[in-house]
Amino acid sequence: MPIAVAITVLVVASVAFHLFSPWWRTPIASNWGSIDSALDVTLWICAAAFILLNLFMAWALVRYRHRPGHRAHYEPENASLEKRLTVWTAIGIAGMLAPGLAAWGKYVSVPKEAALVEAVGQQWNWSFRYPGPDGVLGAASVKYITPDNQLGLDPLDPFGRDDLLVESGDLHLPVGKPVKVVLRSKDVLHDFYVPEFRAKMDLVPGIVTYFWLTPTRTGTFDILCAELCGTGHHEMRGKVVIEPPKDFAKWQSEQTSFSQILAEAPPAAMSILLLKANACTVPASWSNR
Amino acid sequence: MATTLADDLRPLHHPHSWVTRYVWSQDHKVIAIQYSVTAISIGLVALTLSALMRLQLGFPGVFPAIQPDNYLQFVSMHGMIMVVYLLTALLLGGFGNYLIPLMIGARDMVFPFVNMLSFWFYLLSVIVLVVGFFVPGGPTGAGWTLYPPQAISEGTPGHQWGIATMLVSLAIFVVAFTMGGLNYVTTVLQARTRGMTLMRMPLSVWGIFTASVMGLLAFPALFVAAIMMLFDHFAGTSFFMPMMQSMGRVTPTEGGSPLLFQHLFWFFGHPEVYIVALPAFGIVSDLISVHARRNIFGYRMMVWAITIIGALSFLVWAHHMYVSGMNPYFGFFFATSTLIIAIPTAIKVYNWLLTLWRGDIHLRVPMLFAIAFIFTFIHGGLSGLFLGNVSVDVPLSDTFFVVAHFHMVMGVSPVLVIFGAIYHWYPKITGRMWNETLGKLHFWITFLGAYAIFLPMHYLGILGVPRRYYALGETGFIPESVHLANEWISIAALIVFAGQSLFFVNMIWSLFKGPRADPNPWGAASLEWLTPQTPPAHGNWGAKLPVVYRWAYDYSVPGAPRDFIPQTEPRA
Amino acid sequence: MTLLARLTEKSWEGPAPLDIRDRPSAGAVGLVTYFAVALVMFSLLIAAYLMRMGLHSAMGHASDDWTPMPDPPLLWVNSTILLLSSAAWERARRSVGGQATHWAMIGAMLGLAFLCGQLLLWRHYAQGGYYLGANPANAFFYLLTALHGCHIAGGLAATARAFALQSLRAIGLCALYWHFLLALWIILAALLLST
Ligand code: HEM
Ligand SMILES: [Cu+2]
Ligand SMILES: [Cu+2]
Repeated sequence: MPIAVAITVLVVASVAFHLFSPWWRTPIASNWGSIDSALDVTLWICAAAFILLNLFMAWALVRYRHRPGHRAHYEPENASLEKRLTVWTAIGIAGMLAPGLAAWGKYVSVPKEAALVEAVGQQWNWSFRYPGPDGVLGAASVKYITPDNQLGLDPLDPFGRDDLLVESGDLHLPVGKPVKVVLRSKDVLHDFYVPEFRAKMDLVPGIVTYFWLTPTRTGTFDILCAELCGTGHHEMRGKVVIEPPKDFAKWQSEQTSFSQILAEAPPAAMSILLLKANACTVPASWSNR
Repeated sequence: MATTLADDLRPLHHPHSWVTRYVWSQDHKVIAIQYSVTAISIGLVALTLSALMRLQLGFPGVFPAIQPDNYLQFVSMHGMIMVVYLLTALLLGGFGNYLIPLMIGARDMVFPFVNMLSFWFYLLSVIVLVVGFFVPGGPTGAGWTLYPPQAISEGTPGHQWGIATMLVSLAIFVVAFTMGGLNYVTTVLQARTRGMTLMRMPLSVWGIFTASVMGLLAFPALFVAAIMMLFDHFAGTSFFMPMMQSMGRVTPTEGGSPLLFQHLFWFFGHPEVYIVALPAFGIVSDLISVHARRNIFGYRMMVWAITIIGALSFLVWAHHMYVSGMNPYFGFFFATSTLIIAIPTAIKVYNWLLTLWRGDIHLRVPMLFAIAFIFTFIHGGLSGLFLGNVSVDVPLSDTFFVVAHFHMVMGVSPVLVIFGAIYHWYPKITGRMWNETLGKLHFWITFLGAYAIFLPMHYLGILGVPRRYYALGETGFIPESVHLANEWISIAALIVFAGQSLFFVNMIWSLFKGPRADPNPWGAASLEWLTPQTPPAHGNWGAKLPVVYRWAYDYSVPGAPRDFIPQTEPRA
Repeated sequence: MTLLARLTEKSWEGPAPLDIRDRPSAGAVGLVTYFAVALVMFSLLIAAYLMRMGLHSAMGHASDDWTPMPDPPLLWVNSTILLLSSAAWERARRSVGGQATHWAMIGAMLGLAFLCGQLLLWRHYAQGGYYLGANPANAFFYLLTALHGCHIAGGLAATARAFALQSLRAIGLCALYWHFLLALWIILAALLLST
């Protein structure tokens, strides 16, 4: 008997915990409300199943407990009951899959007008790059990296010259404008994760990954790394500042471009840089044009 | 070579001394116990590691001896040991070995020598694993998923030697498992006694059989991945290693694909979940049926569900990779296949509940564990739907929601079944009965404690707390209350940790001082309870093999004098 | 009974057929099951091979780090040896008594010769500068041949045991195993030659 009581209490306690615990989604700051609603639909269907099944079990435990003289009912199977249950389950499953797939459909199709920004991960910090006035990110590869070219831009690629580099600072994004976040890692796997955006994606060395979002709320949010990347994984933090377009434009105009960096580099550093660029006859490079 | 029913022709390997009887034994029951004891011993290491992790998470900064590197090493070794070296080994090497021949009426496994080798290879793999704790740099801290490039790159603890011992140990484990698995599969196919048709086998055998087939087909992926990573590590190849700048140095590798490893790993890793789950499903079905004195409801559907789940689980692996950077369009396919698996799984749950319904439920300790399993499995199965449903997984992946989900579904649930199974078959295995009060106390602490640990973790995950974090630090979206929650969770975990001693005390004390057990204390109908001796002797069945006339679930048959009819009783 | 009939049996009803004596030997079933295991392993490697090979173009990379290895004549010689070995095993399987052991011995010797040939092939490549770490094509070549070679070596060990047991059935199983390894080798060789 105590077990039936325990099951019932646990069901009630779980529901109460859900309703009264202070931990739930952070207030959303992007267009991914569809992910939240897919989660809600999934939650409601699952909660109904959880409550029904467990209360049924608790009831059965009481009703059919062993008593002297009581005997179980012999019934190998009941095809029609099993069929009905299967169909209802399939309906429930389809009901949660549909909004899930619909949201995913949006997630994988980046709007054409989305602006580009690149986040580069390394053990254990973040850097960022904007395409500059030409709207194109120049080619880059780890093999071009020098102390003066931490993001590994190809010094010979004209598209890279006007790129704006933010090597130790916050990521800024204008509110209300869709943006495609292009992700690149210098070393191991990382994951660009801002809980308030809902979206996230791994950074994979060797390839360029991406996701997109439209920030919908101004403010400053934490960027975390959500893919184990070594000792400093939990300290790989950054900040993203969502601001009105005007403030964003002002901030952007204060950033340094790659050509400015090249111009300021001492000649010795410059020659190393160019040497690297020519070191390999066929450059393996990524470009995002 | 043994043939099918040649029980009287086949020379059993008869032990001549204590050493051949208990050490180099070829008796499946002794091997089963060797497997189980080894698995539980190494499992205790993993449990201790979890306690250490909880100390760090609940009381950050209080234990300066636990550094970030140590934490990651604990996480990785805990996860790997629990999944592979404890659960897989215990459920298949332990229960599989013990139950298959007894339940299908065979004298032993069909290849007893290979079966013995399987255990010794397993022991070797465990030893190599343990050596990993003592090599320079300590064990690997790359997570149980061992993703390259970090697993073999600077910045990850144990990237030199710890990862090497881990990979070698896994490769040996795969060899051990393959030898065992071939035995389990062939024994089920070949050595069933007369009358034991496939559909008369208890569901335990079906679960273990299907899991063994899956293991045979899934472990090669892990084997291949381990070998390739060893090549990358020691031979300078770049299967998985791209060009990268590790801690300021450009590596000589180029062009390898970290995603290739992830595909291989999860091609193994997802079926692995079911390799653990299916034996538990099978065993729990039998526990429920026996203690509810009712045939398992919808036996055929249960068998089909097991096999369908087994087959489908090879088509869902990339649901672990929705945000890995693979082609995002795969998400549509893998989300659909994943959610389809939920249907046969749900049917299993319904049939367990429908077995209780109109039953005659005896709430003995094994049954309590079985009921608790149904509860935690419903919970864990449902939370899996969130993670399978692609876009819902995006915010939840790599958060504590994932940790909560897989602990509920493949940590707590199978462990509850294992406890239930040990209490259930202990009288047969040892010939003695355990102490009921201690058993109940152990049950309540484990069940309620485990739920208290893992329920709140779901909510931390929905909030966004990431997994594999040594410390949360100052993070804007994480309120102070989360630290409090972590403290409670840790206290619950420590209570559960301590509570397990009740189990060990009970088992060891009963082994020597427990009352003699009845040969069939629960009134079960399946063959393993019908051996001439308890515990069964070498060769299991005395002079003649049993002959089977009915399925394993003739409980409360109308008109029968008792509420069960043994499988060996001829039909009227 | 068909498998379907067996899996839909309503086992709680009436008597089932009691006698099921027509099962193949446990050794054969175990071996065929192992074939499935090995097949999965090599299939995964082949899938990895193709994925790694096509990676660069798929990702739109400018360069390609995959340089196929040249095909040396020894590959053909070795393949022929393995083919003959398999044929000898087949003879052994179909013979009885001393004949069987005789042919089995020849089969095993040819298997050993194949292994030595593979070692020579490796040396040949290494002398040509095709080291393991130099290129992913090389790495896959060495990995695939090594794993296949391990299987042959395992087969030789099993053969030794079969001789020790003087078991005709074991010789039959060895023959089956050899055919499987031959088929596997043909697939691997085709893959290596065509890419
Ligand atoms: C009372 C028992 C247990 C406790 C308190 C516990 C606790 C933990 C904790 C704290 C983590 C690390 C979370 C993180 O920082 O990401 C973890 C990870 C893990 N645990 Fe457990 N655990 C327990 C039992 C089990 C069992 C029975 C299994 C068997 C499946 C298991 C499998 C895992 C796995 C696979 C991981 C992931 C490792 C990784 O992230 O690489 N645990 N556990
Ligand atoms: Cu990181
Ligand atoms: Cu999975």
